Amino acid sequence: MKTTNDLEFAATGATGATGATGATCHAPSAEAERRLRGLLEQGLPLDQRPWRTLAEQAGMAEDQVMTCVRRWQADGMIKRLGLVVKHRRLGIQANAMVVWNVPDERVAEVGRRLARETAVTLCYRRPRRLPDWPYNLFCMIHGARRERVEAELADIVERLGLGGLEHRVLFSTHAYRQCGGRYVREGEA
Amino acid sequence: MTLEDLDAVDRRLINRLQDGLPLVARPFAAVAEALGITEGDLLYRLERLCEAGVLSRFGPMYHAERLGGGLTLAALAVPEYDYDEVVETVNAFPEVAHNYRREHELNMWFVLATETPERIAETIAGIEAATGLPVFNMPKEEEFHVRLHLPV
Repeated sequence: MKTTNDLEFAATGATGATGATGATCHAPSAEAERRLRGLLEQGLPLDQRPWRTLAEQAGMAEDQVMTCVRRWQADGMIKRLGLVVKHRRLGIQANAMVVWNVPDERVAEVGRRLARETAVTLCYRRPRRLPDWPYNLFCMIHGARRERVEAELADIVERLGLGGLEHRVLFSTHAYRQCGGRYVREGEA
Repeated sequence: MTLEDLDAVDRRLINRLQDGLPLVARPFAAVAEALGITEGDLLYRLERLCEAGVLSRFGPMYHAERLGGGLTLAALAVPEYDYDEVVETVNAFPEVAHNYRREHELNMWFVLATETPERIAETIAGIEAATGLPVFNMPKEEEFHVRLHLPV
Protein backbone atom coordinates (compact mmCIF):
# COMPACT_ATOMS: atom_id res chain seq x y z
CA MET A 1 0.00 0.00 0.00
CA LYS A 2 1.09 3.48 -0.83
CA THR A 3 2.01 5.44 2.22
CA THR A 4 3.20 8.81 1.09
CA ASN A 5 2.39 11.00 3.95
CA ASP A 6 2.98 14.41 2.56
CA LEU A 7 -0.69 15.22 2.39
CA GLU A 8 -0.66 18.17 4.69
CA PHE A 9 2.16 19.94 2.98
CA ALA A 10 1.76 18.72 -0.56
CA ALA A 11 1.44 22.09 -2.21
CA THR A 12 2.19 25.66 -1.44
CA GLY A 13 -0.98 27.61 -0.93
CA ALA A 14 -1.56 30.63 -3.10
CA THR A 15 -2.63 32.46 0.01
CA GLY A 16 0.73 32.01 1.64
CA ALA A 17 -0.64 29.72 4.32
CA THR A 18 2.04 27.92 6.20
CA GLY A 19 0.35 24.54 6.29
CA ALA A 20 -2.20 22.77 8.35
CA THR A 21 -0.88 23.71 11.72
CA GLY A 22 1.11 26.78 10.87
CA ALA A 23 0.67 29.74 13.15
CA THR A 24 -0.76 32.97 11.86
CA CYS A 25 0.20 36.35 13.14
CA HIS A 26 -3.29 37.76 13.22
CA ALA A 27 -6.75 36.36 13.70
CA PRO A 28 -9.32 36.62 10.93
CA SER A 29 -11.87 39.40 11.28
CA ALA A 30 -15.34 38.67 12.62
CA GLU A 31 -16.65 39.59 9.21
CA ALA A 32 -14.40 37.01 7.51
CA GLU A 33 -15.52 34.37 10.01
CA ARG A 34 -19.14 35.17 9.27
CA ARG A 35 -18.46 34.82 5.55
CA LEU A 36 -16.78 31.48 6.16
CA ARG A 37 -19.75 30.23 8.15
CA GLY A 38 -22.08 31.17 5.32
CA LEU A 39 -19.87 29.44 2.77
CA LEU A 40 -19.61 26.30 4.88
CA GLU A 41 -23.39 26.13 5.16
CA GLN A 42 -23.57 25.77 1.40
CA GLY A 43 -21.27 22.81 1.56
CA LEU A 44 -17.60 22.10 1.26
CA PRO A 45 -16.17 22.49 -2.24
CA LEU A 46 -15.34 19.15 -3.80
CA ASP A 47 -11.78 19.79 -4.81
CA GLN A 48 -8.31 18.78 -3.72
CA ARG A 49 -7.83 21.71 -1.37
CA PRO A 50 -11.29 22.53 -0.06
CA TRP A 51 -10.04 24.61 2.88
CA ARG A 52 -7.90 26.71 0.59
CA THR A 53 -10.81 27.28 -1.79
CA LEU A 54 -12.96 28.41 1.12
CA ALA A 55 -10.12 30.60 2.34
CA GLU A 56 -9.91 32.37 -0.99
CA GLN A 57 -13.66 32.94 -1.01
CA ALA A 58 -13.78 34.16 2.59
CA GLY A 59 -10.69 36.32 2.36
CA MET A 60 -8.70 34.31 4.87
CA ALA A 61 -5.65 32.09 4.87
CA GLU A 62 -6.01 28.34 4.51
CA ASP A 63 -4.68 27.66 7.98
CA GLN A 64 -7.01 30.27 9.46
CA VAL A 65 -9.95 28.44 7.91
CA MET A 66 -8.81 25.15 9.36
CA THR A 67 -8.22 26.75 12.75
CA CYS A 68 -11.72 28.23 12.72
CA VAL A 69 -13.34 24.94 11.76
CA ARG A 70 -11.34 23.11 14.41
CA ARG A 71 -12.40 25.63 17.04
CA TRP A 72 -16.06 25.47 15.98
CA GLN A 73 -15.98 21.71 16.21
CA ALA A 74 -14.25 21.79 19.59
CA ASP A 75 -16.69 24.26 21.11
CA GLY A 76 -19.66 22.39 19.70
CA MET A 77 -20.93 25.00 17.28
CA ILE A 78 -20.38 22.50 14.50
CA LYS A 79 -21.72 19.19 15.67
CA ARG A 80 -20.65 17.32 12.62
CA LEU A 81 -19.00 18.13 9.35
CA GLY A 82 -19.66 15.38 6.95
CA LEU A 83 -21.65 14.02 4.11
CA VAL A 84 -25.39 14.61 4.11
CA VAL A 85 -27.20 11.72 2.48
CA LYS A 86 -30.61 12.25 0.91
CA HIS A 87 -31.97 9.06 2.23
CA ARG A 88 -35.37 9.33 0.59
CA ARG A 89 -33.59 9.45 -2.75
CA LEU A 90 -31.76 6.29 -1.84
CA GLY A 91 -34.99 4.52 -1.10
CA ILE A 92 -34.69 4.83 2.68
CA GLN A 93 -38.28 5.91 3.18
CA ALA A 94 -39.56 4.12 6.23
CA ASN A 95 -38.72 6.63 8.89
CA ALA A 96 -40.01 5.87 12.30
CA MET A 97 -40.14 8.19 15.25
CA VAL A 98 -40.31 5.87 18.23
CA VAL A 99 -41.58 7.55 21.39
CA TRP A 100 -41.28 6.10 24.88
CA ASN A 101 -42.86 6.81 28.22
CA VAL A 102 -39.92 6.30 30.56
CA PRO A 103 -39.97 6.93 34.32
CA ASP A 104 -38.01 10.16 34.84
CA GLU A 105 -35.32 8.48 36.93
CA ARG A 106 -34.55 6.03 34.11
CA VAL A 107 -34.75 8.30 31.08
CA ALA A 108 -31.05 9.20 30.90
CA GLU A 109 -29.98 5.58 31.17
CA VAL A 110 -32.47 4.35 28.57
CA GLY A 111 -31.60 7.27 26.27
CA ARG A 112 -27.90 6.47 26.44
CA ARG A 113 -28.50 2.81 25.70
CA LEU A 114 -30.82 3.52 22.78
CA ALA A 115 -28.34 6.00 21.33
CA ARG A 116 -25.69 3.29 21.21
CA GLU A 117 -27.83 1.18 18.88
CA THR A 118 -26.66 1.43 15.28
CA ALA A 119 -30.25 1.50 14.03
CA VAL A 120 -31.00 4.59 16.12
CA THR A 121 -30.03 7.80 14.35
CA LEU A 122 -31.25 10.42 16.81
CA CYS A 123 -32.27 10.25 20.45
CA TYR A 124 -33.65 13.08 22.57
CA ARG A 125 -35.40 13.61 25.84
CA ARG A 126 -38.39 15.92 25.40
CA PRO A 127 -41.16 17.09 27.74
CA ARG A 128 -44.40 15.16 28.15
CA ARG A 129 -47.59 17.04 27.25
CA LEU A 130 -50.13 15.46 29.53
CA PRO A 131 -52.77 14.21 29.26
CA ASP A 132 -52.47 13.84 25.48
CA TRP A 133 -48.82 13.01 25.15
CA PRO A 134 -47.14 10.92 27.87
CA TYR A 135 -43.92 10.22 25.94
CA ASN A 136 -40.64 11.78 27.09
CA LEU A 137 -38.00 9.96 25.05
CA PHE A 138 -37.82 10.16 21.26
CA CYS A 139 -35.62 8.24 18.87
CA MET A 140 -35.51 7.83 15.12
CA ILE A 141 -34.99 4.62 13.18
CA HIS A 142 -34.58 4.87 9.42
CA GLY A 143 -34.90 2.05 6.98
CA ALA A 144 -35.84 1.12 3.46
CA ARG A 145 -38.87 -0.88 4.47
CA ARG A 146 -41.36 -0.66 7.28
CA GLU A 147 -41.10 -4.36 8.13
CA ARG A 148 -37.36 -4.00 8.51
CA VAL A 149 -37.68 -1.04 10.85
CA GLU A 150 -40.29 -2.86 12.91
CA ALA A 151 -38.04 -5.90 13.16
CA GLU A 152 -35.12 -3.73 14.24
CA LEU A 153 -37.23 -2.11 16.91
CA ALA A 154 -38.48 -5.47 18.16
CA ASP A 155 -34.89 -6.65 18.37
CA ILE A 156 -33.87 -3.55 20.35
CA VAL A 157 -36.81 -3.89 22.74
CA GLU A 158 -35.89 -7.49 23.41
CA ARG A 159 -32.14 -7.06 23.77
CA LEU A 160 -32.38 -3.97 25.98
CA GLY A 161 -35.27 -5.41 27.97
CA LEU A 162 -37.54 -2.46 27.22
CA GLY A 163 -40.72 -4.48 26.83
CA GLY A 164 -42.18 -2.99 30.00
CA LEU A 165 -41.98 0.57 28.69
CA GLU A 166 -44.99 1.99 26.90
CA HIS A 167 -43.95 3.10 23.45
CA ARG A 168 -45.39 3.96 20.05
CA VAL A 169 -44.07 4.03 16.52
CA LEU A 170 -44.97 7.01 14.36
CA PHE A 171 -44.02 6.41 10.75
CA SER A 172 -43.86 9.47 8.55
CA THR A 173 -46.11 9.17 5.54
CA HIS A 174 -45.34 12.41 3.77
CA ALA A 175 -42.72 15.15 3.88
CA TYR A 176 -44.31 18.52 3.23
CA ARG A 177 -41.14 20.43 3.78
CA GLN A 178 -37.57 19.35 4.22
CA CYS A 179 -35.41 22.32 3.62
CA GLY A 180 -33.17 22.62 6.62
CA GLY A 181 -33.75 26.15 7.83
CA ARG A 182 -30.89 28.35 8.51
CA TYR A 183 -29.69 26.76 11.70
CA VAL A 184 -31.17 23.37 11.29
CA ARG A 185 -29.18 20.27 11.15
CA GLU A 186 -30.51 17.58 8.93
CA GLY A 187 -32.37 15.22 11.10
CA GLU A 188 -35.46 13.41 10.50
CA ALA A 189 -36.30 12.18 7.43
CA MET B 1 -30.24 6.20 -8.60
CA THR B 2 -31.16 3.86 -5.76
CA LEU B 3 -29.22 1.84 -3.23
CA GLU B 4 -28.79 -0.94 -5.78
CA ASP B 5 -26.92 1.36 -8.14
CA LEU B 6 -24.14 1.99 -5.65
CA ASP B 7 -21.08 -0.16 -6.00
CA ALA B 8 -19.04 -1.39 -3.06
CA VAL B 9 -16.65 1.56 -3.22
CA ASP B 10 -19.51 4.09 -3.30
CA ARG B 11 -20.95 2.47 -0.23
CA ARG B 12 -17.71 2.49 1.71
CA LEU B 13 -17.17 6.08 0.66
CA ILE B 14 -20.61 7.22 1.82
CA ASN B 15 -20.35 5.32 5.07
CA ARG B 16 -16.90 6.70 5.78
CA LEU B 17 -17.69 10.31 4.91
CA GLN B 18 -20.84 10.45 6.99
CA ASP B 19 -18.48 10.40 9.95
CA GLY B 20 -16.73 13.54 8.82
CA LEU B 21 -13.61 14.71 7.12
CA PRO B 22 -10.09 14.98 8.55
CA LEU B 23 -8.89 18.53 9.09
CA VAL B 24 -5.85 18.29 6.85
CA ALA B 25 -4.99 20.32 3.78
CA ARG B 26 -5.99 17.52 1.39
CA PRO B 27 -8.77 15.73 3.25
CA PHE B 28 -10.13 13.87 0.24
CA ALA B 29 -6.69 12.47 -0.52
CA ALA B 30 -6.42 11.22 3.06
CA VAL B 31 -9.80 9.49 2.88
CA ALA B 32 -9.06 8.08 -0.58
CA GLU B 33 -5.84 6.58 0.66
CA ALA B 34 -7.65 4.95 3.57
CA LEU B 35 -10.17 3.49 1.14
CA GLY B 36 -7.50 2.32 -1.30
CA ILE B 37 -8.61 4.52 -4.20
CA THR B 38 -7.15 7.65 -5.78
CA GLU B 39 -8.12 11.17 -4.81
CA GLY B 40 -9.35 11.79 -8.36
CA ASP B 41 -11.58 8.71 -8.28
CA LEU B 42 -13.02 9.77 -4.93
CA LEU B 43 -13.80 13.31 -6.08
CA TYR B 44 -15.33 11.98 -9.29
CA ARG B 45 -17.56 9.61 -7.34
CA LEU B 46 -18.65 12.37 -4.96
CA GLU B 47 -19.54 14.64 -7.86
CA ARG B 48 -21.51 11.89 -9.52
CA LEU B 49 -23.42 11.10 -6.30
CA CYS B 50 -24.20 14.78 -5.80
CA GLU B 51 -25.46 15.11 -9.35
CA ALA B 52 -27.61 12.02 -8.94
CA GLY B 53 -29.20 13.70 -5.93
CA VAL B 54 -28.05 11.03 -3.52
CA LEU B 55 -25.95 13.47 -1.51
CA SER B 56 -27.16 16.91 -0.74
CA ARG B 57 -23.99 18.54 0.39
CA PHE B 58 -20.84 18.14 2.35
CA GLY B 59 -21.52 20.48 5.14
CA PRO B 60 -21.72 21.28 8.79
CA MET B 61 -24.51 20.53 11.18
CA TYR B 62 -24.60 23.65 13.25
CA HIS B 63 -25.62 23.70 16.86
CA ALA B 64 -28.60 26.07 16.79
CA GLU B 65 -28.38 27.09 20.43
CA ARG B 66 -24.66 27.78 20.31
CA LEU B 67 -25.23 29.97 17.27
CA GLY B 68 -27.71 31.92 19.33
CA GLY B 69 -30.74 30.52 17.54
CA GLY B 70 -33.80 28.58 18.62
CA LEU B 71 -34.86 25.09 17.60
CA THR B 72 -37.80 22.96 18.58
CA LEU B 73 -40.00 20.08 17.54
CA ALA B 74 -43.73 20.73 17.63
CA ALA B 75 -46.89 18.89 16.69
CA LEU B 76 -50.52 19.54 15.82
CA ALA B 77 -53.60 17.33 15.82
CA VAL B 78 -55.12 18.37 12.52
CA PRO B 79 -58.63 17.32 11.50
CA GLU B 80 -58.32 15.25 8.31
CA TYR B 81 -60.71 17.41 6.32
CA ASP B 82 -58.55 20.45 7.06
CA TYR B 83 -55.17 18.84 6.59
CA ASP B 84 -54.12 20.35 3.25
CA GLU B 85 -55.15 23.81 4.28
CA VAL B 86 -53.28 23.58 7.58
CA VAL B 87 -50.14 22.35 5.79
CA GLU B 88 -50.27 25.48 3.70
CA THR B 89 -50.87 27.72 6.69
CA VAL B 90 -48.04 26.19 8.72
CA ASN B 91 -45.56 26.10 5.85
CA ALA B 92 -46.22 29.76 5.18
CA PHE B 93 -44.10 30.41 8.29
CA PRO B 94 -40.48 30.63 7.12
CA GLU B 95 -39.38 29.31 10.54
CA VAL B 96 -40.76 25.87 9.62
CA ALA B 97 -37.77 23.85 8.46
CA HIS B 98 -39.26 20.36 8.29
CA ASN B 99 -42.86 19.27 8.22
CA TYR B 100 -44.02 15.67 8.21
CA ARG B 101 -47.27 13.85 8.38
CA ARG B 102 -47.13 11.02 10.89
CA GLU B 103 -49.46 8.22 11.85
CA HIS B 104 -50.95 9.39 15.14
CA GLU B 105 -53.69 11.68 16.43
CA LEU B 106 -50.89 14.24 16.52
CA ASN B 107 -50.53 13.93 12.78
CA MET B 108 -48.43 16.95 11.84
CA TRP B 109 -44.88 17.28 13.13
CA PHE B 110 -42.64 20.19 12.31
CA VAL B 111 -39.28 21.60 13.28
CA LEU B 112 -39.00 25.32 13.97
CA ALA B 113 -35.64 27.01 13.54
CA THR B 114 -35.37 30.66 14.50
CA GLU B 115 -32.67 33.30 14.71
CA THR B 116 -33.28 33.84 18.41
CA PRO B 117 -34.69 31.59 21.15
CA GLU B 118 -37.44 34.13 21.90
CA ARG B 119 -38.72 33.86 18.36
CA ILE B 120 -39.82 30.24 18.99
CA ALA B 121 -42.63 31.31 21.34
CA GLU B 122 -43.71 34.07 18.96
CA THR B 123 -43.82 31.66 16.03
CA ILE B 124 -45.83 29.12 18.02
CA ALA B 125 -48.31 31.80 19.03
CA GLY B 126 -48.53 32.81 15.38
CA ILE B 127 -49.22 29.25 14.25
CA GLU B 128 -51.86 28.79 16.93
CA ALA B 129 -53.57 32.00 15.87
CA ALA B 130 -53.42 31.13 12.17
CA THR B 131 -54.65 27.53 12.51
CA GLY B 132 -56.86 27.79 15.58
CA LEU B 133 -55.18 24.63 16.87
CA PRO B 134 -53.05 24.20 19.99
CA VAL B 135 -49.38 23.58 19.24
CA PHE B 136 -47.68 20.87 21.26
CA ASN B 137 -44.21 22.26 21.80
CA MET B 138 -41.59 19.65 22.62
CA PRO B 139 -38.15 21.24 22.75
CA LYS B 140 -35.12 19.06 23.26
CA GLU B 141 -34.29 18.65 26.95
CA GLU B 142 -31.37 16.31 26.60
CA GLU B 143 -29.53 14.85 23.66
CA PHE B 144 -28.08 11.38 23.76
CA HIS B 145 -25.06 11.08 21.49
CA VAL B 146 -26.41 11.90 18.06
CA ARG B 147 -24.66 10.15 15.26
CA LEU B 148 -26.77 10.41 12.16
CA HIS B 149 -25.14 7.65 10.23
CA LEU B 150 -27.07 5.59 7.74
CA PRO B 151 -25.05 2.65 6.59
CA VAL B 152 -25.72 2.03 2.90
